[in-house]
Amino acid sequence: MKKMGLLLSVLFLSVTAFAQGYEIGDKVEDFRLLNVDGRYVSMSDYVDAEGFILIFSCNHCPYVVAYEDRMIELHNEFAPKGFPVIAINPNDSIAQPQDSYSLMQVRAQEKNFPFPYVLDADQSVYPKFGATRTPHVFLVKRDGSDLRLAYIGAIDDNYQDAGAVEVRYLANAIHAVKNGKTPDPTVTRAIGCTIKTR
Amino acid sequence: MISRLPLILFFIALISIVLPLSAQDNGPVKVYTFEEFEPRLYQETDSVYVVNFWATWCAPCVKEIPYFEKLQEMYKDDKVKVLFVSLDFVTQIENRVVPFIERMNMQAEVVLLNDPRSNRWIPMVSEKWTGAIPATLVYTKGHRAFYEREFNFEELEEIILPLIN
Repeated sequence: MKKMGLLLSVLFLSVTAFAQGYEIGDKVEDFRLLNVDGRYVSMSDYVDAEGFILIFSCNHCPYVVAYEDRMIELHNEFAPKGFPVIAINPNDSIAQPQDSYSLMQVRAQEKNFPFPYVLDADQSVYPKFGATRTPHVFLVKRDGSDLRLAYIGAIDDNYQDAGAVEVRYLANAIHAVKNGKTPDPTVTRAIGCTIKTR
Repeated sequence: MISRLPLILFFIALISIVLPLSAQDNGPVKVYTFEEFEPRLYQETDSVYVVNFWATWCAPCVKEIPYFEKLQEMYKDDKVKVLFVSLDFVTQIENRVVPFIERMNMQAEVVLLNDPRSNRWIPMVSEKWTGAIPATLVYTKGHRAFYEREFNFEELEEIILPLIN
């Protein structure tokens, strides 16, 4: 009986560890996901990038909608500096019909996204990162031939009002990484919508 | 028969006055900053507090609302108190939140937490919370547990039963 308890707790711990995903400094695996333009996107496609702003995103979540314009501005500001945005929709479209591939295409066109908006169709990518919500940002930096996680969390400190932002967590993290420093903080939190699974 | 008509009309009039009043029993939804809200996470009585973070647009949150309502209704004699904390945008309180509460006939207290500095206050609710909703804090004297997940009624009951006398 004791052994059973031990086994169960080991199982539980390993499940928890899996759910947590990459930690800061961990090597990040590349992905190959379908973009709204019908092509597949991988990080390895970007030969000149110094890193990536990966944003787990979707169509339906009001907290995402509140940040869409800021996501566009981030891409326009940081893609020329080597850190393009890739938005990844992790939601299952049967659990959340508003987040289907065809409605992603509609939203990308409406907002004229200058960055790829790709679908984690088999929901295999978001668990590796330990993403729990949309929006959920992961800053990845190139380290030789590897990609490593540098920052996890929020874009800034005010989801309601871009004009009232006091701290641009993500922008600060990118500046730190570009200067060879560790971001401070490396992890922030924000309210968001849960990732929808079946 | 005819003589009863004024009486019936009187009752109709009475009901039409009383009904809107009783519909406002929930009162206006109080809007809190985190500082104003924080004491609601540390009430030292013998009640079991179930604090659910939700929003009208959050489908899994909406789905579990009836289970929290049922929990409060079934265990009110055991001092189970449900508090719904809406994270809807404050600008939508009149056109979304209040109509939603009325449509769902929510009986438990609803407040709206309007504090955009969420990186600061999320860990003050629980270090375990990444910020996804639904999320629920259950606490009573000597016990505190946080859940970033959805619940069905049986799962909620399982958490509550060991905490009530």
